[in-house]
Amino acid sequence: MKRFRAFGLLALLVLVIVFPVLIPDPGFDSIAIYTLLYAAAVTGWNLFSGYSGYISLGYSSFTGIGAYTLALICTHWQIPGGYIPFLLLPVAGLVAGIFAIPMGWVALRTRRVTFVVVTIAMMFVLQALAFNLSGFTSGSSGIIFPITLWSGDFYNIPYYYVSLVLLLLAIAISWWIRNSKYGLGLLAIRDDEDRALGLGVRTWAFKLSAYVISAFLGGMVGAMFAYYGGSIFPASAFDPVVNLSVALMGFLGGVGTLVGPIVGAFLLEPFQQYLTIQYGSVGLNLIILGSLLLLIILVLPGGIVPALHSLWLKRMASRGAISQVSHAMEQEEGMLLESAEGKRGNR
Amino acid sequence: MSVLLEAKNVSKAYGGIRALDTCSISVEQGSITGLIGPNGSGKTTLFNVITGYERVDAGDIRLAEATITNQPPDKVFQLGVGRTFQLTRIFPRLTVMENMHVAVQRKGTRSLLSRWSSSHEQRRALELLDFVGISGLKDMPAGNLSYGQKKLLEFAFVLIAEPQVILLDEPAGGINPTMINYIGDRIRTLHQRGVTFLVVEHNMEFVMGLCDKVMVMHRGAKIAEGPPEAVRKDPAVLEAYLGD
Repeated sequence: MKRFRAFGLLALLVLVIVFPVLIPDPGFDSIAIYTLLYAAAVTGWNLFSGYSGYISLGYSSFTGIGAYTLALICTHWQIPGGYIPFLLLPVAGLVAGIFAIPMGWVALRTRRVTFVVVTIAMMFVLQALAFNLSGFTSGSSGIIFPITLWSGDFYNIPYYYVSLVLLLLAIAISWWIRNSKYGLGLLAIRDDEDRALGLGVRTWAFKLSAYVISAFLGGMVGAMFAYYGGSIFPASAFDPVVNLSVALMGFLGGVGTLVGPIVGAFLLEPFQQYLTIQYGSVGLNLIILGSLLLLIILVLPGGIVPALHSLWLKRMASRGAISQVSHAMEQEEGMLLESAEGKRGNR
Repeated sequence: MSVLLEAKNVSKAYGGIRALDTCSISVEQGSITGLIGPNGSGKTTLFNVITGYERVDAGDIRLAEATITNQPPDKVFQLGVGRTFQLTRIFPRLTVMENMHVAVQRKGTRSLLSRWSSSHEQRRALELLDFVGISGLKDMPAGNLSYGQKKLLEFAFVLIAEPQVILLDEPAGGINPTMINYIGDRIRTLHQRGVTFLVVEHNMEFVMGLCDKVMVMHRGAKIAEGPPEAVRKDPAVLEAYLGD
């Protein structure tokens, strides 16, 4: 089983690597780039919201800050288009991470529904700032990124591979957190925060640091989104649709799992692009997207990955491989008998 | 015997209700001390202020020589006060094994970055799961356990941090008589190994059979203490339970 899984992952990786060579169509490649970026964004969102259970609907706060950071650096220092902006992505991530400290300080004092509302509100505050600090952000006229002088055939290739690197980085961080003592603490917070606190987990530090790491990845992905798009405006940088999409993909794939966010993004982003092309002109795409979110939560509250997992467990159990439950029950009965006899013996 | 855990003149009010009214208790090293009292007498509130879940308005709480008054729960736990809850609180979506590891204490921030389970920690967790008799369930999501098993799990993961004193809030509540005996037996075994307990319980037979000393609370203060037999006959105690 393990070998099979490793082989599958390797095959998938090779496929993703050769994709732009196999299919050199710019339209497809553009969708592929957005898909990779969304997968990275959802993975970044998930390592805080998924693991800790603090569902944020304001992730575009961080993608937006990252986007503006890169745009402002490029215009102020007159950086030419090409490869250099790619090297500045970590700076965009860092700035988003720094912003996340005071934001998290405030937002993380609330829980559950209140937290969701606070994250949305913060995103709109940032959007209003981007509109109104026009001396700094050029307000509603936006910022145009420097133009890259790559030929049409080649144009998508660097963006594609940088996006892939971002995704792999996000997966690596998420994987490490999931397997660490730190990640176990976050999962404990998700299940019962006060209980975790009472078992020595420093919940405040855990939550805030995860929020910052999540923002760091969001900042890099957002900068990449904007650079690929070529321009940035307040409404597209701090975009409620991004908030929604990220959460939707997370829920679809499986919140709090490692691969769920990737599955969600790989399924949903191409579909979303299709919706935008088909129904974007009449605004129907958002209605469909919103309805889909409700439907997913209704039908697959845990997401695809956990649903498949439990299906697999059921199949194994029905095959009679290991019937964990009955085994456990026998053990409990044995234990109780033992203790009853022990007591009699004592008296 | 020396006093391990002590609350001195602790008061706590919620609005106009005085949940704790200059309440003083002490738990001796190596004892099993019972804490009984009618509903609403302040037992759980006392647990909450000792373990840092609530702040006291006045008074002092000490563990051995250290003052732990108004320390946050994570600090209190690290200093050596473990507790279970009246309504058992485990991590339902984590496996039994993962539940055990949440409570394992490591020193230093860097140790948080390594894997959640070292082989040493794993062995210790299995030992304790064995001790409470649920090691066969180690890979099950804890949410799938029966209520009694959840109680055993909560008990086991509090033990893994080797607290100096364990506060049990109704360990015999809501489980069948055989399981009650089993839990009592486990507590006695640990007691023989030197662990100190403070037990809140409504099941009188359980308390009287288990504890060296019993304290009785009423309206936020201690009204009696002594050996179980003496407390049982104390008129003030009978008054508190039956009177008004």
